[in-house]
Amino acid sequence: MARERGLLLKIRGLRIEGRADEKWFEIVHGVDLDLHRGEVMGLIGESGAGKSTIGLAAMGFTRDGCRISDGTIEFDGMELTSSPEEDLRMLRGARIAYVAQSAAASFNPAHKLIDQHTAAPVQHKIRTRRESEEDAMELYRRLRLPNPEEIGFRYPHQVSGGQLQRAMTAMAMSCRPDLIIFDEPTTALDVTTQIEVLAAIRDIVDQFDTAALYITHDLAVVAQMADRIKVLLRGDEVEEADTRSMLSSPQEEYTKSLWAVRSFRREQKPAVGAGETPVISVSGVSAAYGPVRVLDDVSFDIHRGRTVAVVGESGSGKSTAARCITGLLPPTAGEIRYHGEALPASFRNRTKDQLRQAQMIYQMADTALNPKKRIGEIIGRPVAFYSGRRGAELKKRVDELLDEIELEPSQYYHRLPSELSGGQKQRVGIARALAAEPSFIICDEVTSALDQLVAEGILRLLSRLQDELDLAYMFITHDLATVRSIADDVVVMKEGRVVEAGPKDEMFRPPHHEYTDLLLSSVPEMDPDWLDHLLEQRGVDNIGEAARK
Amino acid sequence: MSTFAIVFYTLMIGASCVAAYYHRRDAFLVLFSLTLASFLLGLLGGEVWLRYVAIAIGLFFASAGLAYSFREFLVQTLPREAAKVMRSAPLTASFGLFVILVYVVAAVFAPVIAPYGEAEVIGSSYAPPDDKMLLGGDQLGRDMFSRIIYGARNTVGIAVLTTAIAFLVGSLAGLMAATLGGWVDQALGRVVDTLMAIPQLVFALLLLTIVGTNVVNLILVIALLYSPLVFRLARAVAGNIVVMDYIEAARLRGEKTSYLIVREILPNATAPLVAEFGLRFCFVFLAISALSFLGLGIQPPTADWGSMVRENATLISFGEMIPLIPAAAIALLTVAVNFVVDWMLHLSSGLKE
Amino acid sequence: MGVVSLVAKRLGLGLVTLLVVSIIIFGAVELLPGDLAQQILGQAATPETVKALREDLGLDRPAVVRYFDWLGGAVRGDFGFSLANKRSVAEQLGPRFANTLFLAAVAAAFSIPISILLGVLAALWRESVFDRIANVSTLTSISSPEFFLGYILILFFAVLNPWFPSISSVTADMPFTERVFVTLLPALTLTLVVIAHMMRMTRAAIIALLASPYIEMARLKGEPRWKVIAVHALPNALAPIINVVALNLAYLITGVVLVEIVFVYPGVGQLLVDSVTKRDFPVVQACCLVFAATYILLNLVADVGVILSNPRLRHPK
Repeated sequence: MARERGLLLKIRGLRIEGRADEKWFEIVHGVDLDLHRGEVMGLIGESGAGKSTIGLAAMGFTRDGCRISDGTIEFDGMELTSSPEEDLRMLRGARIAYVAQSAAASFNPAHKLIDQHTAAPVQHKIRTRRESEEDAMELYRRLRLPNPEEIGFRYPHQVSGGQLQRAMTAMAMSCRPDLIIFDEPTTALDVTTQIEVLAAIRDIVDQFDTAALYITHDLAVVAQMADRIKVLLRGDEVEEADTRSMLSSPQEEYTKSLWAVRSFRREQKPAVGAGETPVISVSGVSAAYGPVRVLDDVSFDIHRGRTVAVVGESGSGKSTAARCITGLLPPTAGEIRYHGEALPASFRNRTKDQLRQAQMIYQMADTALNPKKRIGEIIGRPVAFYSGRRGAELKKRVDELLDEIELEPSQYYHRLPSELSGGQKQRVGIARALAAEPSFIICDEVTSALDQLVAEGILRLLSRLQDELDLAYMFITHDLATVRSIADDVVVMKEGRVVEAGPKDEMFRPPHHEYTDLLLSSVPEMDPDWLDHLLEQRGVDNIGEAARK
Repeated sequence: MSTFAIVFYTLMIGASCVAAYYHRRDAFLVLFSLTLASFLLGLLGGEVWLRYVAIAIGLFFASAGLAYSFREFLVQTLPREAAKVMRSAPLTASFGLFVILVYVVAAVFAPVIAPYGEAEVIGSSYAPPDDKMLLGGDQLGRDMFSRIIYGARNTVGIAVLTTAIAFLVGSLAGLMAATLGGWVDQALGRVVDTLMAIPQLVFALLLLTIVGTNVVNLILVIALLYSPLVFRLARAVAGNIVVMDYIEAARLRGEKTSYLIVREILPNATAPLVAEFGLRFCFVFLAISALSFLGLGIQPPTADWGSMVRENATLISFGEMIPLIPAAAIALLTVAVNFVVDWMLHLSSGLKE
Repeated sequence: MGVVSLVAKRLGLGLVTLLVVSIIIFGAVELLPGDLAQQILGQAATPETVKALREDLGLDRPAVVRYFDWLGGAVRGDFGFSLANKRSVAEQLGPRFANTLFLAAVAAAFSIPISILLGVLAALWRESVFDRIANVSTLTSISSPEFFLGYILILFFAVLNPWFPSISSVTADMPFTERVFVTLLPALTLTLVVIAHMMRMTRAAIIALLASPYIEMARLKGEPRWKVIAVHALPNALAPIINVVALNLAYLITGVVLVEIVFVYPGVGQLLVDSVTKRDFPVVQACCLVFAATYILLNLVADVGVILSNPRLRHPK
């Protein structure tokens, strides 16, 4: 439908360079892009694909330390790369608008929302301040913000994240632009909040027939939002097609591999025999940070050779539960039992052997490895510390561990963490945990900072190690796709309590607890009609925050 | 208009034109604004001021040239890794390194370089410069030049020692506070806040009145007063490191505090701490010089730059520049250290990206 | 926490700090090895004269009592009597404190506007020639001892070109313009040092600010450059700038001591150094207390300013 409506944005041979160490490096290598009026194009790619850079370039804008070195960007017949800054300024905000990833950081903390909303239309002489204020309320209403009459008169820090993101979409709409660049607008949000923002964005783009570039790394999200999808890899285009054919029959190997990630699924292990003592048993644990209660009577068991996924949104207390188990945060009530015997509350009072049994793998491999230590030392230290191995014996064990995580010992032993890729760092994190020869490992969002392909590699590795070494995993995650692929048992947490717990296949089959249902149904699926069906099911007024009550 | 003025203006305008012709925008802007400024100065102050400007420009180019050659020299002579770092060093940094080197040489070989002893009376008081005394005599007729050379040893030596003590105490306490947390952190923080609530120089004056002015007291008092500043930095740097997951991992492994500090935290805190040492040295050096200038620091007959300025200050009212030389020596070293520190901070921040 | 309670808390903390500092200043003298009277009179004094002086100074009473006496007096503006000339400390201190404040005020009047302007410009044109030259010259200025700058100014503007007096002897009955004229060279010396500090700090604060996403957002909304700076950057720059100004005014206090000596300016700094040389403890204590109080006050103003300019605190949830 949009195809016949004329070309709005035409990018040809776009090359962008970034500056590092006093030298210029090309980060976008000649990308073409056509966007028609009223069309939504999804730009998808992993980190470093150059998708945000291209998005900003569509506004004739480059960040500090970047420059457009070649190519043309034509917006509605106007050449942007050669236009003077003043002309570009007239375009920005008025005809092309931008919605940033973090609304909390992109709203100026010193001004009320309404003042920031009305700035563009008044500046571009499209509306008077008064008209613009009324229009803002109308937009807030359409975006289903609570108290549309009043919310604009608040300061950014007085409004929640999901609402801010919608207010920013409203701000982008304030001049009724021809094109909006959405730069990962829901990445920082919880799944249940994400839904409402997605629905609101899609509605308003439809209503005003605005064209959009929707930038994201999440395939399922882009499937809901875009008419066409363009896949990018390291500054190059991989392929482009309309959404349905891209999902059903991707042409390129890279695209296929992206799609395939979601297919990794491990066999669920049979139920635990009655009377078997769990490796770790959390019973009736409550905990607090100062006066703030963050865990309330939490109990669950983790058995040998099994994976328990602890699921919840931010603030649900899932990471706090891990801190209680490791002894970093002594609980105010309840206890942690290891093989049936109670562990001292604080890690300071635990024996070396108790400490050895429970290891941790962290979300951010960058902060989990000491940047000044070589890989051999990072893995070797726990080996030496717990087993007392020295010299050649120690080196042999470290080499074994490196083999275990599929890194060639001779090549990686002497490297620094900064010389490793994200996935390799995460593998070293795993090896460090294994070096202690534990019976139980806590995996705290281990895949969420990684690109999908790499993440899948990590999941496969963890799964293989579990089978070989009979390890028990506590898998903390907010991503239900990960849960589906690796968990044996699932614990759903919300606001410091366990809402529901049970074997995975039961948990993913109705009937659910109300919250589990909301959580499960909010996870975007690759089906382009998923959001429509869901909204139909829930009713327009019953999404997101409304549904949670 | 004198020949000097004509030559001066011709050169300035010529240089501006050359810069403009070769599209060196920055150089042109600087040269031409200098030309305009010297027109103004020439009109207001006469030729003397033009000479000052010419001397300043000459000095600037001489130091730039020196810095450039010294950098080349280091690039050629140093081992490959260090040479690579040096190649990207700004001229200010190589200038700073050169100056520091000169000071170190002067301090170490003072007795060899200086023609006379530091307390040796050679001529009449305030004797003008001649063949015997390069920079003339001071208020007692001692050789100024020799005293300046010895001053490098005394003033800089004492400042380095003081900084080292302040640094050791401050950074150790800071690392401990960050690693241990809890009440240790709280208590140390309070003590430091209080110590820093009194301006350092004033506090130093108060304490020196009480304990009396001698070198040992001076070193201890200044070290005490400047260690809180080191503490703050060390605490902040270590504070950012102890929240890292690899520290948590080490804690959960059951490692001792000493291991945490020495093996996990310190390697990551080296760069900012070394820069802080340079920065603190500047402040300590200035503070000691200030106290000596006030007559409360290093005591005669030890040659010291601060007291030398005070002792010979009367000469300034006769239009003599010589008493300013020790003051300039202080300024030059501080500038040099600051240049190097600036570069190091830039390096360590650049490596993070 | 609300703004009021935060400010109140900070004020309370300031008061406590001042109290602790007064204890330190008083207690430091108490820690003198041996006896104060003995110290003052020297080893040659007879036991009788020492005893007389002890009684004269009230040293036979316990330290705590004398502290509260001293503190009570200080609050009322009575700092006791000088040991050197037996005159009231307050009488000597009062006019000199006014002189010092005058000098600092002249220096601040020059340095604050200039340095903030230069700092903002350097931040806007960062990496330009202007920025580089500013960086090198401010570093040089920071690195120079105050007495070096002072004597250079004297050499060039008072000796070689006798435009200003080299000795800044201000008197109470001087007309204002003449007073400013006489104070100009010392004020300029202070200005040179403080401008450098203030400018570098302002530059750093503005650069940090300009990197924030909301500045990029403002530019992407097509707002003109001046508006991005004036409407979006400046309100948020207020806190750092207030901080920079107050910190540097506090820094002026240290600089003042040296500059006053160089220019023989009759201020508190000169009095302090004189009294230190004479070991005139009551005067030293009084001067220290005055300096410390001003210093603490300025730091307090900085913190309160930062609290008040934070929109998150001014408009609680």
